[in-house]
Amino acid sequence: MIYLDNAATTKPCPEAVRAVVDAVTENFGNPSSLHRAGLNAQLAVDRARKIIAASIGADSGEIYFTSGATESNNLALRGAMGAYGRRKNRIIISSVEHAAVDETVSALEKQGFEAVRISPRADGLLYAEDFLNACNEKTCIISMMLVNNETGHILPVGETFKAVKKRFPEIITHCDCVQGYMKIPVNVRALNADMISLSGHKVHAVKGAGALYIKKGVRVTPIVTGGHQEKGIRSGTESVPLITAFGAAVEKYNPTVSGRYEKVSTLKRHLLERLSEVDGVTVNSPENGSPYVVNISAGRRSEIMLHFMEQKEIYISSGSACSKGQQSGVLRQFGVKPKNADSALRISMTSETTAEELDIFVETLREGIGKIRN
Amino acid sequence: MKEIVLVKYGEMVLKGLNKKSFEDMLTKNIKRRLKSLGQFRITSAQSTTYITPLDDDIDLEEVVDRVGKIFGIAALCRACVCEKDFWDITAKSLEYLDEVLSNAKTFKVNAKRSDKAFPMKSPEICTELGGILLEKFPNLTVDVKNPEVTVTVEIRDTNAYVHAENIKGAGGLPVGSSGKAMLLLSGGIDSPVAGYMMAKRGVHIAAIHYVSPPYTSDRAQMKVEQLCEKLTDYCGGIAFYCVPFTELQEAIKDNCPEEFFTIIMRRLMMEIAQRIAAKDNCLALVTGESVGQVASQTMAAIACTDAVCRIPVFRPLVGMDKTEIIDIARKIDTFETSTLPYEDCCTVFTPRHPKVRPVLADVEKAQNAFDFEPLIQKAVENTEMKTFTYSK
Repeated sequence: MIYLDNAATTKPCPEAVRAVVDAVTENFGNPSSLHRAGLNAQLAVDRARKIIAASIGADSGEIYFTSGATESNNLALRGAMGAYGRRKNRIIISSVEHAAVDETVSALEKQGFEAVRISPRADGLLYAEDFLNACNEKTCIISMMLVNNETGHILPVGETFKAVKKRFPEIITHCDCVQGYMKIPVNVRALNADMISLSGHKVHAVKGAGALYIKKGVRVTPIVTGGHQEKGIRSGTESVPLITAFGAAVEKYNPTVSGRYEKVSTLKRHLLERLSEVDGVTVNSPENGSPYVVNISAGRRSEIMLHFMEQKEIYISSGSACSKGQQSGVLRQFGVKPKNADSALRISMTSETTAEELDIFVETLREGIGKIRN
Repeated sequence: MKEIVLVKYGEMVLKGLNKKSFEDMLTKNIKRRLKSLGQFRITSAQSTTYITPLDDDIDLEEVVDRVGKIFGIAALCRACVCEKDFWDITAKSLEYLDEVLSNAKTFKVNAKRSDKAFPMKSPEICTELGGILLEKFPNLTVDVKNPEVTVTVEIRDTNAYVHAENIKGAGGLPVGSSGKAMLLLSGGIDSPVAGYMMAKRGVHIAAIHYVSPPYTSDRAQMKVEQLCEKLTDYCGGIAFYCVPFTELQEAIKDNCPEEFFTIIMRRLMMEIAQRIAAKDNCLALVTGESVGQVASQTMAAIACTDAVCRIPVFRPLVGMDKTEIIDIARKIDTFETSTLPYEDCCTVFTPRHPKVRPVLADVEKAQNAFDFEPLIQKAVENTEMKTFTYSK
């Protein structure tokens, strides 16, 4: 099997698997229990919290565990609007956000909040200036993703948030870092972010755990209420197995962010070079984007090419996996022509991807282009 | 108090000497649906089947729900078993019907005395029991024309039965009583409904589906298998045939004029279906076509498709509107599955401008440009079969 769909999910690393096994066999207590079994579970969760906090330059008291990045995004947006929305009703996001942000903002719009979506300019890029111009005194929150999940575009988050904070210090800044975390440096100060969403299963941990960084002093209204876990911000018994797995994966991968970045950049260069030898392939990803995601169009309908690849046990994606075959509006936003959006394929790598695997992919792509009738 | 389910036959009561075989088929179908719910005694007499639960904790609501989907049944009801004695009937009625009568405003009593040895005649039973009920439930008045509740007393061979509900059954004939047919099941809204309609006429359904990987996906096939599973509620066991169709579709694409793609594809599907039908003793093919719905379902197109068929092709939806079909799909709970967005083989290589009134000679000429026979044989040989049984 050649797995090139790592932006959808990654294979859990052995350290994460061990953490899960430990928490479901030995350390199975409820972190809220007063006895030692509970305490041991709480210590394991706190350890994960510390590791994740350190990885983004935050204090461990600023990390709140959730069921995943979708919940983190919901908590950030709905929570901030809940806390500050009475006085300030404007939300600013980019037009290329993941559905977890975009749909949540649409839902907030239905509740009466005003949303502004900033699109890339004709050159396919987003500019800090455009975001800043949309801000006003009535703006409650601005939310931008760090790396686009479909194309790998890196958004000018740090620059935008810095400019916004300079002119409107009160505006809450939120960054969905799911596709950037453990791949490019993510730091709360460099990003000027008040809130950051993270996901476990995109960084070789397990599906079902995510985190939201909330800067000290920033208030959010909880969307899940109950037994006051996570300081009342996110009630519900902490998933010790999934949270400790998240911690274990971050502990493993955090020291090697820059080394892996170099390695995957080399892989991307290799892939693009090989792809340039195949007729009819266009690259939709920007040159200076995240090397982990490469989006191309190969002139054959995405879904058919995807299933052709699947027959050879090569797994790639059409658009993003969350939209299961729906044509991508995000690619159109980035200026990709409708015809190319129809045939878009996303290859997403990890540092464990090899050049040989990419070679087999390119050969299979060539074969598919020859075989598939349009 | 003992409660049973009474099942009244549909049109099979009109059958003559072969009525017994219909009855046996129905009993068998009922047994199969109820097997997982516990032990029952199932007996038939006087065009009625009696389902008597033998275990104490059987969920009769679920029994009624399942039996309500079995074809061959006009009506069914839960009933209380009484001694053939008026005072026992009265006492049990008061207890058994307490809740429903307490909440009603109007009622009437209806008596059926098939055992003529019972000392009271039907009108007497009605007046006597009606009088007692009126006395006990001051909220009630009698309305013989349009009552909210009809209390029915049936005096039969061994017992008397009291009930106040009459649930409409699924109608039709017991599945299996009319032989077997092969349903072309695409995964859309229509074909499962067509299967349901034929099963209603007592036809045992087998299903055939065509897959064209990589143009179609595993999920598309799983969706059709899910539809098969849903259909077993009504159709009983279904043999599901899955035909690898990619090479044939590519051959059509490579060798035939675009305007005939769909019509030739359907002719090839019919050809394969009837070959597999013959192997499985199916006497006919069933499709979900409805005249004029799409280009391949105009009368001219259907004529071209039928020209390759050597056995009858039943199209139970032929005169129905889409909205009528959707209503049935919702009723049999296939609509939601059918509308999952996975591509099926019918929409692969759809021509931009299909021929709406194809002429058979032109279609045959176009199809004869390539020798499809070896590929047809290969597809038939590589067809895989899976069985779906009623699994609740």
